[in-house]
This record gives sequence, C-alpha cells and structure tokens, in this order.
Amino acid sequence: MPDVVVIGSGVVGAACAYYAARAGLTVTVVDRGPVAGGTTGAGEGNILVSDKGPGAELDLATLSARLWRDLAAEVAGGAERPFGDLVEYEPKGGLVVAETPGILNALTGLADRQRVHGVTAVAVPPEDLRAYEPHLAGGLAGGVHYPQDAQVQPMLAAAHLIRLSGARTRTGAEVTGLLRGAGGRVTGVRTARGDIPAGAVVNAAGTWAGEIAAFAGLTLPVLPRRGFILVTEPVPPLIRHKVYTAAYVAGVASDDAGLETSAVVEGTKAGTVLIGASRERVGFDRTVSLPVLARLAAQATALFPRLADVRVIRTYCGFRPYCPDHLPVIGADRRTPGLFHACGHEGAGIGLAPATGRLIAAAIGGAEPPVDPAPFLPGRFAA
Amino acid sequence: MRPYDLAVVGAGPAGLACAVAAGRAGLRVVLVDGGPRLGGQYYRHAPPSYRATRPGVLHHGWRTFAALAAALPALDVDVRLRHRVWAAETAPDGLRLHCLAGDREETPVTFPAARLVVATGAHDRVLPFPGWDLPGVLTAGGAQALLKGELVLAGRKVVVAGTGPFLLPVAAGLAAAGARVRGVFEAGRTAGLAAHPGILLAHPGKLAEAAGYGLTLAAHRVPYRGRHAVVAAHGNTALTSVTVAKVDAGWGPIPGTERMVPCDTLAVGYGFTPQLELALQLGCATRTDADGGHIVAVDARQATDVPGVYAAGESTGVGGAPLALVEGRIAGLAAAGRPAPARLLRLRARLREFARALHAAYPVRDGWRGWLRDDTVVCRCEEVPYARLREALALGAADARSVKLLARPGMGPCQGRMCGYAVGRLAGSPEGLGHRPIAQPIRLADLARFEGDPT
Ligand SMILES: Cc1cc2nc3c(=O)[nH]c(=O)nc-3n(C[C@H](O)[C@H](O)[C@H](O)COP(=O)(O)OP(=O)(O)OC[C@H]3O[C@@H](n4cnc5c(N)ncnc54)[C@H](O)[C@@H]3O)c2cc1C
Ligand SMILES: Cc1cc2nc3c(=O)[nH]c(=O)nc-3n(C[C@H](O)[C@H](O)[C@H](O)COP(=O)(O)OP(=O)(O)OC[C@H]3O[C@@H](n4cnc5c(N)ncnc54)[C@H](O)[C@@H]3O)c2cc1C
Repeated sequence: MPDVVVIGSGVVGAACAYYAARAGLTVTVVDRGPVAGGTTGAGEGNILVSDKGPGAELDLATLSARLWRDLAAEVAGGAERPFGDLVEYEPKGGLVVAETPGILNALTGLADRQRVHGVTAVAVPPEDLRAYEPHLAGGLAGGVHYPQDAQVQPMLAAAHLIRLSGARTRTGAEVTGLLRGAGGRVTGVRTARGDIPAGAVVNAAGTWAGEIAAFAGLTLPVLPRRGFILVTEPVPPLIRHKVYTAAYVAGVASDDAGLETSAVVEGTKAGTVLIGASRERVGFDRTVSLPVLARLAAQATALFPRLADVRVIRTYCGFRPYCPDHLPVIGADRRTPGLFHACGHEGAGIGLAPATGRLIAAAIGGAEPPVDPAPFLPGRFAA
Repeated sequence: MRPYDLAVVGAGPAGLACAVAAGRAGLRVVLVDGGPRLGGQYYRHAPPSYRATRPGVLHHGWRTFAALAAALPALDVDVRLRHRVWAAETAPDGLRLHCLAGDREETPVTFPAARLVVATGAHDRVLPFPGWDLPGVLTAGGAQALLKGELVLAGRKVVVAGTGPFLLPVAAGLAAAGARVRGVFEAGRTAGLAAHPGILLAHPGKLAEAAGYGLTLAAHRVPYRGRHAVVAAHGNTALTSVTVAKVDAGWGPIPGTERMVPCDTLAVGYGFTPQLELALQLGCATRTDADGGHIVAVDARQATDVPGVYAAGESTGVGGAPLALVEGRIAGLAAAGRPAPARLLRLRARLREFARALHAAYPVRDGWRGWLRDDTVVCRCEEVPYARLREALALGAADARSVKLLARPGMGPCQGRMCGYAVGRLAGSPEGLGHRPIAQPIRLADLARFEGDPT
C-alpha cells in the first residue's frame, strides 16, 4: 500500500508526487487520461512572479520560481542532461509594457510593491524598450522587466517529475469514489480499474477537483475559466521575453464572467510564437470562438507589427481551474482526515506547482511548511 | 452578403455532384474549393494552357465529370476556386464559411449559407520507414496528382508500394506515360478481393477496371507482388534504391528476403485518411470506419447530427469516386428537401458494400512497426525520430494527443496530416491527429480582421 495516492497527473499532481517521494513517502499517481493530458497540456508554461500583486500568492510564486530554478539545475535519475534541458526550462524573463502613461503609473506602482516581496523588477523607459524587444511597436509608454520570470514545457515537466518521483503511475484509471475508514477517514481511492488503498489521498484533479471533493460530500468551488492560445508557424527568433501588456495583470485578477483578453506573446524553442491570453467563464465548452481568436490576433499584431504576416497554424483551448477568491486550495481538509487538496491554481498552476508540492509533502509528513500555508487551506470554504 | 441556400466545400466528385443536384433542385449554391480547378483528386486534370489533346485519357468516367462541369453554368451555382476554407462555424442565423481567396495575395472572404455540405475528401495515408523522408519518395496520390494535374512523370525508374487497389491505377498510369515501373509491391495479398468473388461479380465495372490496369501492367512487364513491402529507402541526397522484403501475414519482414531495387522514385500509399477538420469544427459526430479510421457519421440522407450540415464523399468513409458521386447527389437532393430516388440509394448501398469489402481485404497490419529504427523520422515537419516517440510513451503518453504534446509529432506546418495516422497507430488511438480548429494557416493580420463583426 502506498503512503500517498495522488489523483491527477497534471503538473500539480506531478509536483506533489515528486516532493512527497523526496520526503521519503511511497506514491501512486492515478489519472483517468494519459499523463498530463488535462489543463497542463493546454498551458503555456510560464513561471511568473510578475503578474501577482503582494500577498500570499506572490510569496508562493517567488518560492516556486526558485524551486523551478533549482530543479532545472539538477542532474537526476541517471540522466545525462540537467532536468532543465529535459523540460525546456528557459529563464527568459518577462517584459510587461504599458500603453499609456496612466497604465505605466499603475505598473511601476505594482513593481514597487512587488520589490518589497523579493521580486526583481527593472523599470524600462520607452526609449529602452527596443533594446529588450527590437520588434515592439512604437508609442508605448514604458515597461518593467522581470528577470525571474521563466518558462518550461509543462507536459514534459509533469511527465519527468512523475518519472523522477519513482511513483507508480496508473493512467486510464478514473477515480469514481473515495475509500473511507474509521471515523470517515479517507483511506484510498476507488477507480474504474480497482481500489487503491493508501495512507493519504491528494486531490490534484485540477478543474475537476470539485468532483473528487464531492465524493467525500464536500463542496470545493473550483470552476473552469476558458483560455485560447494561438500558435504560429515557426519563424526566426523575433521575440526574446515573455511580453505582455499591463492589462493582463488586471485580467488575471478579475472576477468578470465575460470575455477578457490581453496580449501575451512569446517565442518558443521550436520557433513558433505563442499568443494568448483570453479568459471567459463558459463552462467546459470547447467550441472554437472566432471572435476571441480574432481579438488575440489583433492585440498581438498591435504589440508586434512584424507578426502581421506570420501565419497561425493552430489554436487550442484549456480550462483554468479557478476559485472565486483566485487563490489555490492547498493542504489538509480538516473536514475529512486523510484527504488533502492541491488544486484551483487557475492560470498559474505550472508556475506554482513545485511550491504546492512542497506544501503538500510537508502537510502529509508533518514537516515545517516552506511558506505560511494558512491562506491556501481548504477550510476557508467551509460554511 | 445575402446567404446562399447551400454552401458546398470541396469540388471533387462528391461536391460537384452535390452542387449540380442542388442547383437543379433550384437552390442558390456556392461551391468552394482550395484548388485551382474543378474535379478534386479523382478528376484532377492539367490546366487548359497545357493543351492536353485528350484530357480524359488518364481518367475513368471522364464523361461524367465533363457533364457535371458543363451543367454548372446554367445553374445558380457560384463556383469559387482557389478559396481555402480555414474555418466553418454555426451562427444563430445559419452557417458561415471563412475562406482565404487567392494564391499569393490572399483575401479573407466569408460565405453565409443556410446549409452546408462537407465534401472535403481525403489525403494520402502514409507509414514511416527508414529513408522515407528522402527526395524522390512521394505518396501514391502525389505521384498520381503530378501526372494528372501537371502531366509530369514523377520519375524515370519508379517503384510503387503500399497496400490497396489504388496502387494499380498509379502504376498503370506511370507505365503508360513512359516511366519504367520496377515493380508494384503490395504488403497485403494481391488477390485481396478474390476472397470475395461474390462482391467482384456484383461489380463488373470494377472488375473490368482492374483488368484494364492488369493488362497495362502486363504489357509493360511490371511485376505485381503480394506480401512484399518497401521497408527502407536509400540515397545520400536523393533516392537511389529501396529495400524490398517479403512480409508475413502481419507485415513483419521475413529475414533473408531483403533485396535492393534501384530506382529514382518511390510512390507509396497505404490508403487514405478522410479530412475531417471542418466537420469537427462544426461539432459533427464521427464514428470508426471499417478500416479503423475516423469518419463523419451521417444518416440515410447524408445528414450529420448538426442541423443543416451534410457530408458526402471520402469524408464519410473512403470508398472511391463512384461512391462519392452518388453520396454527393443524395446530399444535394437532401439539402433541397428532395428525397433521393430509390435507385440511387440502392447504388449507394452496393458501392458501400464494395468499399467495406476492400477495407476488409486490405487492412494495415501492425508489422510495419518492425520497419522502424530508433532514428527513423516519424514526423517530418518537426523531425521527430521514432526513439523520441517511444520515450513519450514510456513517460506516460497514451494517445496521439499526449504523444504530440510530449514529443511534438504533428505540431509542424502540416499539422499531422502526414504523420497523424502513424502516430495514432503507435499510440494506440485511432483518431490520430485530425482535430484542427484552424483548417488552413491564416495570417495574423487576416485573422485580426474578424474582430468585432466576423463577417
Ligand atoms: C490557455 C492557458 C494558458 C495557461 N498558461 C499558463 C502559464 O503560462 N503558466 C502557468 O503557470 N499556468 C498556466 N495555465 C494554467 C495551468 O495550465 C493550470 O493551472 C495547471 O495546468 C493546472 O494543473 P493541474 O495539475 O492542477 O491540473 P490538470 O493538468 O488539469 O491535471 C488534473 C488531472 O486530473 C485528472 N482527473 C480529473 N478527474 C479525475 C478523476 N475523476 N479520476 C482520475 N483523474 C482525474 C485529469 O485527467 C487531469 O490529468 C494556463 C492555462 C490555460 C488554459
Ligand atoms: C492525392 C490523391 C490522389 C488521388 N488520386 C486518385 C485517382 O487517381 N484515382 C482514384 O480512383 N482515386 C484517387 N484518389 C482517391 C480520391 O480521394 C477519391 O477517388 C475521390 O476523389 C474522392 O472524392 P471526394 O469528392 O470525396 O474528394 P476529393 O476528390 O478529394 O475532393 C475534395 C476537395 O475538397 C477540397 N478541400 C478539402 N478541404 C478544403 C478546405 N479546407 N478548403 C477548400 N477546399 C478544400 C480539396 O481541394 C478537394 O478538391 C486520390 C486521393 C488523393 C489524396
């Protein structure tokens, strides 16, 4: 019997498995699909500190960015290459640009407050923007450079974390219920392919985590927030950083159910350019929305006019797991012993995965948590 | 723009027959195709400027095509060639086709229509093997398209390989046009359909057609070998020879039977994969065909489960041009609210039965995996070797999509049209990589124009 069974092989479940294994626990990962086939397979892989205001999430993000950097440098599991190479880790930095002096004011104000929390943020005057990004449009009011922002290929990251954890992986096994013991304690999972008893159960089912909680009679308000990404044909390197408009920071934290978009543009190692980001609450509807794609295209070409003639070859969408208070749910569920949640990371699950894994491993093993866990505890939803 | 009664995507046998039937029933139709000429794959022909003296000589049933094409001008059918459809969508007031018109200077154009027929045909199904990415190796359909569309011989010394009866017209066409065809290597059995004599007797036309190809091949002394496959292609900068091996019933190469066959061209084809992206965009239900591939599910009227959307031809199951013609007519009539004559329905049933028999007689067996080496490129666009695919599977990928996300096959310019079948088979998921929310590449500037008012 494993010490821990993790439900969900996305990047969050993978990081939980990895850090639990590092803490000496035996782990089994179950997923109804293939490894990392959920939202992780639809993410862009940015590890961002730049888009978060001061508070609990920023502390988690700075810790997590550091953990990703440390992981990237490790040469583990008999590999010839460091982990960072395997998962395409790129410490490329972020560049946030402001269209107007008013927005720039807000942006630099945010940067000032972020610096107090350990974020490196370098103000970039308008005349210097092209030294960072030669193809940026003219007329921008200025920006801020965030060297700590980085990127990974999220599916590779999840798959290699699981491999390194040495966890047993059961793909194609849907969890259909939780095993309960004395006093209602959760003692494992029921899957379509048999029961898996375990010492502890981690609910890392992403956007579907509410369904797992419901098996224990609990309410966990994790809901889908759809996002589209455009992928272009490969082009010679045009864009060096993750570049986005300051409007993105507002969009990330917004509560609006309607469509919000902001330009988020970056190149990848393969030469393609990824263009985001849209946010809308439309349930799990996968129908392609041309107006959304058009808006993303318009915003990206406004930011980088050179992109106008570059072709889009693909688009995909995913469903960010969000909670009404825009904070992830991490930690033991007081209402049900044996059950731990690691979900609801919205548009930051890839960035926040390692810190989440550390918190979960600490919670299960009774070790000192690396950051204050209180703001993330599931108890905040208990009526 | 005033909405059309019917939009037909694809001007191959299915789309043409459909547009003519609907036009005759009085509908106002727009017939859209990305290619420069009517006819699709089957009736592909050279541009008039080539002054081909006998344009029908390379085609069976050319008169059918000529009659359909000649009928169009008198009907209310707006023919739009060189219009690539990159998206199809349902809107509250009907359906919309978003196209890019023109070759170099492409312009976005949108056609609104009350009903839509998807007649987008199929593309060649290929299997990877060492050396298949060398110049000189092309698909069987590609060789045929060169010959029919450009009157160009793919090469002088040609080997034809793969599976299915389509290899025969390809080889016969090349031989008749002057190429030295070194052999036709069929991985299945050459007498595939002989196991179904009843079917053959019920389709005397097919029998005669096959006999015709057989005669052409015999006259040019082209050997036709069953249970033989091209398992590797060789050459430094271009193809100079291929390795042909005997294969067992499961297509595993039999050791010691390999031999080199010098050639400058290899035309290889393992059947066809229906093009489903527009149907998938519209949300049409699909099902698994007799050959394991995914096809659009249609009812007796060729209607999909999406109101107002019909499908005909290879997108509803690979069955050849005669079946495509019949399905197209039925779809055109149905879109006009007319019942199809019983005779047409019976013909469709017979042709489908024949197609099913062909699928059963020429299945793709798993032994081709044995032709792969670690460094064999599976996805040419992204240069993904077989070893990387296996790594992805070992990491926990369990379907085509997760293999693609972990190892990148299908992420390049062709979006898995070439490798999707093989990746799907290797990953154990038959749907392959057919889901393409953007059916054709589109410039960001053109996409941006749809902001606000998408039409
Ligand atoms: C367009 C887009 C762009 C994004 N960009 C970024 C970015 O740049 N940076 C960033 O940090 N984040 C980004 N995100 C967010 C990020 O992708 C998610 O926060 C993250 O992937 C969530 O990971 P997860 O492991 O919690 O969920 P998932 O990856 O969804 O994993 C959950 C797993 O649980 C499995 N599961 C669910 N129910 C069951 C069940 N009953 N039984 C068994 N298994 C089950 C699923 O199959 C799935 O594999 C983006 C998201 C989107 C949509
Ligand atoms: C390369 C190739 C060559 C072939 N040659 C032969 C042959 O010689 N003999 C034979 O018997 N069979 C041949 N076939 C098989 C062929 O598919 C059928 O015989 C027959 O042509 C099917 O008719 P159809 O109308 O269903 O599709 P097709 O004839 O394939 O017609 C589909 C049409 O849809 C158009 N189309 C598809 N997607 C879009 C889009 N997004 N936007 C705009 N237009 C679009 C295509 O340009 C094409 O003209 C060939 C197949 C291929 C792939």
